[in-house]
Amino acid sequence: MKKWIPWSVLALVVIVLAYCSLPKPEGPFHTRAFGQLPVLLNGRFQPFDSVARNSLLQIRTKQTVPAEANGRTETLSAMDWLLEVMMKPEAADDRKVFRIDNNEVSELLKVPDGQKYYSFNQLRPQADEIEKQAARIDPIDASKRTVFESQLMKLYEMMNLYQRLEVSLKPPGSDDFAAELDAYQKSILPGVAAVNARAAGQKFDQDAFNNLLSFMGGYQTVASFALPLTIPPADASLPRDDWQNIGTNLMQTAHTGEFNPATKFYAAMVTAYRSDQPDEFNHAVGEYRAWLADRFAPQARKTSQEYFFNTLQPFYNATVIYVLALVLACIYLLVASEWIRKSAFYLVVLAVVIHTFGLVFRMYLEGRPPVTNLYSSAIFIGWACVLLGLVLEKIYPIGIGILVASFVGFVTQIIALHLALSGDTMEMMRAVLDTNLWLATHVVTVTLGYASTFLAGFLAIVYILLGLFTKRLTQPLDPKAAVGLTAITAMAAPVMAAPAIGLAVGKGLSSEIGKMEIGKVMAKMVYGIVCFATLFSFVGTVLGGIWADQSWGRFWGWDPKENGALLIVLWNATILHARWGGLVRERGLMNLAVVGNIVTSWSWFGVNMLGIGLHSYGFTDAAFWWLRLFIGSQIVLILLGLLPKIMWRSFQPARPAAAA
Amino acid sequence: MLTSLYRFFSSLKLTVACLVLGCVIVFWGTIAQVHLGLFKAQNEFFRSFVVYWPLDGSPPHIPIFPGGYFIGTVLLINLFVAHFRYYQPGKRKIGIVLIHLGVVLLLLGQMLADFLSRESAMHLRIGETKNYSEAERAFELAVIDATDPDSDKVVAIPCSLLVRRGEVSDPEMPFTVRVKNFYANSSLVQQSQPGYEPVKTTGGAGSSMWWREEPRVTEMDRLDMPSATVEIATPQGSLGTFLASAWLDQPQSFTYNHRSYELLLRQERYYLPFSLHLIEFRHDKYPGTDIPKNFSSRVRLQNLENGEDREVRIFMNNPLRYEGETFYQASFDPDDHGSVLQVVHNPSWLTPYFSCVLVAIGLVIQFLSHLIPFLKRRVAVPASVAPSSGAVRGKAPGGRPIRVRGLEKK
Repeated sequence: MKKWIPWSVLALVVIVLAYCSLPKPEGPFHTRAFGQLPVLLNGRFQPFDSVARNSLLQIRTKQTVPAEANGRTETLSAMDWLLEVMMKPEAADDRKVFRIDNNEVSELLKVPDGQKYYSFNQLRPQADEIEKQAARIDPIDASKRTVFESQLMKLYEMMNLYQRLEVSLKPPGSDDFAAELDAYQKSILPGVAAVNARAAGQKFDQDAFNNLLSFMGGYQTVASFALPLTIPPADASLPRDDWQNIGTNLMQTAHTGEFNPATKFYAAMVTAYRSDQPDEFNHAVGEYRAWLADRFAPQARKTSQEYFFNTLQPFYNATVIYVLALVLACIYLLVASEWIRKSAFYLVVLAVVIHTFGLVFRMYLEGRPPVTNLYSSAIFIGWACVLLGLVLEKIYPIGIGILVASFVGFVTQIIALHLALSGDTMEMMRAVLDTNLWLATHVVTVTLGYASTFLAGFLAIVYILLGLFTKRLTQPLDPKAAVGLTAITAMAAPVMAAPAIGLAVGKGLSSEIGKMEIGKVMAKMVYGIVCFATLFSFVGTVLGGIWADQSWGRFWGWDPKENGALLIVLWNATILHARWGGLVRERGLMNLAVVGNIVTSWSWFGVNMLGIGLHSYGFTDAAFWWLRLFIGSQIVLILLGLLPKIMWRSFQPARPAAAA
Repeated sequence: MLTSLYRFFSSLKLTVACLVLGCVIVFWGTIAQVHLGLFKAQNEFFRSFVVYWPLDGSPPHIPIFPGGYFIGTVLLINLFVAHFRYYQPGKRKIGIVLIHLGVVLLLLGQMLADFLSRESAMHLRIGETKNYSEAERAFELAVIDATDPDSDKVVAIPCSLLVRRGEVSDPEMPFTVRVKNFYANSSLVQQSQPGYEPVKTTGGAGSSMWWREEPRVTEMDRLDMPSATVEIATPQGSLGTFLASAWLDQPQSFTYNHRSYELLLRQERYYLPFSLHLIEFRHDKYPGTDIPKNFSSRVRLQNLENGEDREVRIFMNNPLRYEGETFYQASFDPDDHGSVLQVVHNPSWLTPYFSCVLVAIGLVIQFLSHLIPFLKRRVAVPASVAPSSGAVRGKAPGGRPIRVRGLEKK
């Protein structure tokens, strides 16, 4: 048999992936080394590279900038772009990075039509207008803004962010920053003397006074607006997280007279970059890294690791493989070739390995359990669904586990990518959330509840579509694909160890099972997953209540997010009791499971959009639109599922021709 | 008749109906919070037997939907009766019984908590000591005998008495308090404005003020601010009419029989048999940001009754539980020099913990009772196709629902 084909497919994908992940040749400037330098932003140490990626994602919604150089189009990495913004802002101002989607906004700003991205220089003439509009919109509650208002506000914030980045490493207008620092150093002594004399009402040196003040003006701007804290404390006795931005630090230097070595290193980098001297630049970066290695080894190590994580892009790579697997799984539904199923299966395994690697690496970087915000909940829900899907596939090797696993894996990654557009995804946890115990127990279990409810829902969708449009549901399982009946019944129990059982019996074959219809098998899958979902959502919700009792003395406060979780529990319990009571059979079960999708998506995103309660984080209006679209699609699927049995191809009596 | 009632209350159909109604009420009650506010929506949808239309409480007051209490009660009855009907002794059902017992305990515990728990707040500035907490929404008119510089003698008249606008007397008070006017929610201004009337008093702060009745608030984060005018009547005649209002921080004072008295409309106080003294309040932030990392209050706990005297730190997710009261770090003053502790008195606070344990044990038993026979069979008959004994609850391998044994007793 073509046993070698699935393995070759897997090998091919691995090779392509490895090739794509190889570091690209670097330009003369060692931006990779620069990108690993630690800074303090959002309350955590992160590499410059993360600042660059998160900022560019927010401004341009992409991680790269296309650039024209010598008539050729090339792409600028986020780090290349940020380096230019911070060190050569006059050049960066011509890069088209500001994304404007809203026509009303582009008309207001009188910028040329038919473009998606605009440069800062294009927007600059309208800065006053933007400011004026933003001042009006700012007091309006975010959930009550019109699309125009929220888009304009977004643009305003992005321009602010951009301008703050521009003054993060050097004062505005400064050209040879290193030479200027030397001049500043010389001006301090006479300047401070002049300032003191003037304050004491004595005669003072006006030139020395003016000279010092001319430096201070620029540093004051940097001190007020620079975004990341770039300068570590030089004094070993200071707390390790007592970082400053370069402006604050230089202003302080006037009092102490001592220069922090980091400012000199950065000034040298700026000068070298501006005068296009890569060797000088690389030398300064290298020296600064050596200086840090002696004093801030843990921080530098952590940011290097995060840099490594950024460049590997595990979630992005996993997404690509999920898509490949999804395509194969769809093909398998049409032409039931075992090698296609096997290939798809291997690909999903590969993707989930990469996905797991990313998940664990993120946990390590954050020092937190897997789910800390909406973004990571999407990553985690996808991961759990894919694992469960693989287990199902292992027990019932009919391609459906792969189909659902790769689809949910892909969709949740897309959701995560969009959630990442709002900035740093590893933000610090606010006071009450700063507890790994509850994040690890309540949040993880309740998220597993979400994941399994979704999985049941998507299996049900596959059932409805297969039943309506194909004959698969009434076809028997491939005899070769069969598994002991006991495995099925074990799955049906509300158990956690289903994976173990599934794997344990994976090798047992049975002709009885082979004769089972696919539709019946799917009903068992959905039923088992709903049991699983009930267990996790119930335990997760009760743990949430206990957490609430621990933190504000109320087991249950009817907060929207609590209600959302409760709704999932109630709905899953409804499905189970309806099934036990004989109120629904196979198709009814499937329709109820699709309703579970609506309930879960509403609990996951909808309640955040109400803009009330303790959990109201992560509101985005684009998400609201997608949520409505999703719920609408689920309703259509339920209506399809309600069509009379005679209209389902799977349940139509075999035609005489087929019988003959 | 009885049989059909029994069959009705024990049927799985009723369970499903209740669960679906529960889903609807939870969803609706959550959406309604956007307009009604959390507090009002809770009372209308969850802590009620019937939901009335329109939701804001105005007439015509038509019952349109069963409320949370109603659905919960029916579900409890259903669960109870159904166990009578379907329960058979034996190990196989013990897991299910425990799970449902846990759910019953959870529901009952929450209903109990609704009736028995009391929430109040203790606001402490640094260096301040208090032996009482204050209700968040209930006010009282305190008549304070402040003659003794060391301790006050207080007669507290709850707002529920003031509403009646009658006379209040107490053996502790040598005079009668006559409530002339009372607004459950009000606003006060110092200059005449349209819609406001002058406050009719004979002295004190009220004489230069205008007031107006306001509709009761429904939002969770806003308070009713009651005001009242009261006359102090003695056997010798009236001592005057005073304004008492939640808007006024300073008490209105008068003297009678050489004793000085103060009148103050303040948040209702619950006295504790011990006191807390705020030593330090910390508001930690992540470096370089305003993101709060932790709020914590270091307090000195003093109990004169048993001589207990110790320092305690109350911080996020770490409340102080003492003498049936629990103190949680809830809020703080904008200047970071004061802390607000939420004080919760909830005798049934342990029920969710017990119910969680019960359900967890039930689930584990349920799981093991399927896994162990299954594994045994795996060892005994490899690749067996023997149908498992109890693994599929209420369901035959064919996917059709099995009739639960009890159901067959027609």
